[in-house]
Amino acid sequence: MKILVPVKRVIDYNVKVRVKSDQSDVDLTNAKMAMNPFCEIAVEEAVRLKEKGIATEIVAVSIGPKACQEQIRNAMALGADRGIHVECETFPESLQVAKILARLVEQESPGLVIIGKQAIDSDNNQTGQMLAALTKMPQATFASAVEVEGDSLKVTREIDGGLQTLKLSMPAVVSTDLRLNEPRYAKLPDIMKAKRKPLAVMSTDELGVDITPRVTTLKVTPPPARSAGVKVETVAELMTKLRDEAKVIS
Amino acid sequence: MSILIYAEHDNNHLKSETHKLVTAATQLGDDIHILVAGSDCAAVAEQAASIAGVKRVMLADSPAYAHQLAENTADLLLDIAEGYTHILAAATTTGKNFMPRVAALLDVVQLSDIIGIESADTFVRPIYAGNAIATVQSSDAVKVITVRASAFDAAQEGNSVSVETLDTVIENTQVTFESDEMTKSDRPELTAADIVISGGRGMQDGEHFAMLERIADQLGAAVGASRAAVDAGFVPNDMQVGQTGKIVAPQLYIAVGISGAIQHLAGMKDSKVIVAINKDPEAPIFQVADYGLVADLFDALPEIESALGS
Ligand SMILES: Cc1cc2nc3c(=O)[nH]c(=O)nc-3n(C[C@H](O)[C@H](O)[C@H](O)COP(=O)(O)OP(=O)(O)OC[C@H]3O[C@@H](n4cnc5c(N)ncnc54)[C@H](O)[C@@H]3O)c2cc1C
Ligand SMILES: Nc1ncnc2c1ncn2[C@@H]1O[C@H](COP(=O)(O)O)[C@@H](O)[C@H]1O
Repeated sequence: MKILVPVKRVIDYNVKVRVKSDQSDVDLTNAKMAMNPFCEIAVEEAVRLKEKGIATEIVAVSIGPKACQEQIRNAMALGADRGIHVECETFPESLQVAKILARLVEQESPGLVIIGKQAIDSDNNQTGQMLAALTKMPQATFASAVEVEGDSLKVTREIDGGLQTLKLSMPAVVSTDLRLNEPRYAKLPDIMKAKRKPLAVMSTDELGVDITPRVTTLKVTPPPARSAGVKVETVAELMTKLRDEAKVIS
Repeated sequence: MSILIYAEHDNNHLKSETHKLVTAATQLGDDIHILVAGSDCAAVAEQAASIAGVKRVMLADSPAYAHQLAENTADLLLDIAEGYTHILAAATTTGKNFMPRVAALLDVVQLSDIIGIESADTFVRPIYAGNAIATVQSSDAVKVITVRASAFDAAQEGNSVSVETLDTVIENTQVTFESDEMTKSDRPELTAADIVISGGRGMQDGEHFAMLERIADQLGAAVGASRAAVDAGFVPNDMQVGQTGKIVAPQLYIAVGISGAIQHLAGMKDSKVIVAINKDPEAPIFQVADYGLVADLFDALPEIESALGS
């Protein structure tokens, strides 16, 4: 079985992003970039399925500017067998990413697509669901456990009230939640090996997907700042403030 | 403008998210319809019909919708989508699960997790874990939107429109529900509570959460947690507050033994009053706290408990 893993290049999750002074966008100049954490979890899950002998090949896909190849190489260092870079100047919208991925699913016929639940830049949380709808594959989002049983899939999902377990036919789309696994670090020899793994480059035109934006960002502003608070010395002082000043407890 | 709202519920009770979505919808127009999809959920539809401002309630009641799975829930919405200019669902794990499918099948972009409405086509939403706020304009014919309920006030009750039953049943042929494991609690729900008290890695283990629970019971509060506390197995996943957990905005948020990582702040920094209890005076949580107490939580919590008891 082949597994397709879309990986997105995003700002490193430890970096606190700043807004440009002209409010046109966030400022990513010189910001440290990395693979989206949920995509790392997706790669890890695919690699574990390969180690168990369930998956035979892992294909990592990234869509966006040339620099996305870094994240594809990173996925290959972690265990992906080959990469596909769909090159475009900017990052397309989620629906367009889903359409591009749907075309790749047609070409590659994977048994499973493991995708991050959310990109930590756009915080969109929609690409996997859209891909499932467009390809008519069943979906299991926010997965915290995945088990392949013959030609079906058992997935435990993190939902608001607790956990839910679903059974899906394959091929299917699974989106990863944080507790699915703990991704490994790439080892130096694997990083070297990844440089020689095959990486195909395609254009959105070749795939026939129009990436003209449908949503225009009018402005990007910093969140409202909270006014500086005070330190209290004792629990008694805290309780008095909460009762008499903030009036949030009685 | 004609607006369709997908009701958030558990087959027994309509959740307050729905009331908040009605408030959001009134900023778009006054032709507001609600769809209740579930199983044995006629009572939920009656509750929806009592929200002020609602013009029409539709009920799709079938075992096929018992677990509100994504595939057939999306198809049900598509079946009735014609004519609506806006389709809204709460940005809960239910809404996030099926709404992007509705958007994709209508060939439109989804506007995720909006916190503000500027006009019929312009919306405000947080990006980068809430470290930036974007105002975006969509050129799509239909706006498919998930709403961060905590950003809107709840609409009042005091209405009674009649409930229409939808007869078409769409089965889910691709996915079967196996089981669920729901957390049981008599405390208010995290996203609906006026007061939330959350514990982090500093709590050391699951047993110590009992200290927070006792205070929560005295205050009528919900109990939350940081990801570190959930990952360490102290408490269940549905208690996680943050960028990738639940977003809360209560009157009072008390963070205990939580450092204040940006992903945690993303889930609680819109709370009205924030209290932080942490033994490290440099912990970033103090930068957003209205009242900071530098103390060992194992000293502070029993003191709070007895102060509230007296
Ligand atoms: C993609 C991604 C998404 C994430 N999403 C979320 C999310 O939704 N929610 C979330 O919370 N995190 C999230 N995280 C994790 C986040 O980055 C932090 O790792 C996490 O919030 C840390 O939890 P903590 O504050 O409990 O633990 P720590 O950072 O370890 O802090 C523990 C704190 O407890 C204090 N302490 C210890 N002992 C005591 C004591 N006896 N008395 C008083 N204080 C004490 C310490 O001083 C310290 O400040 C995410 C991370 C990633 C990469
Ligand atoms: N440009 C992209 N290239 C590759 N994968 C992407 C891209 N955008 C989104 N994805 C995938 O879709 C997931 C969810 O993204 P989103 O729906 O935008 O929050 C990410 O975790 C990735 O796995």
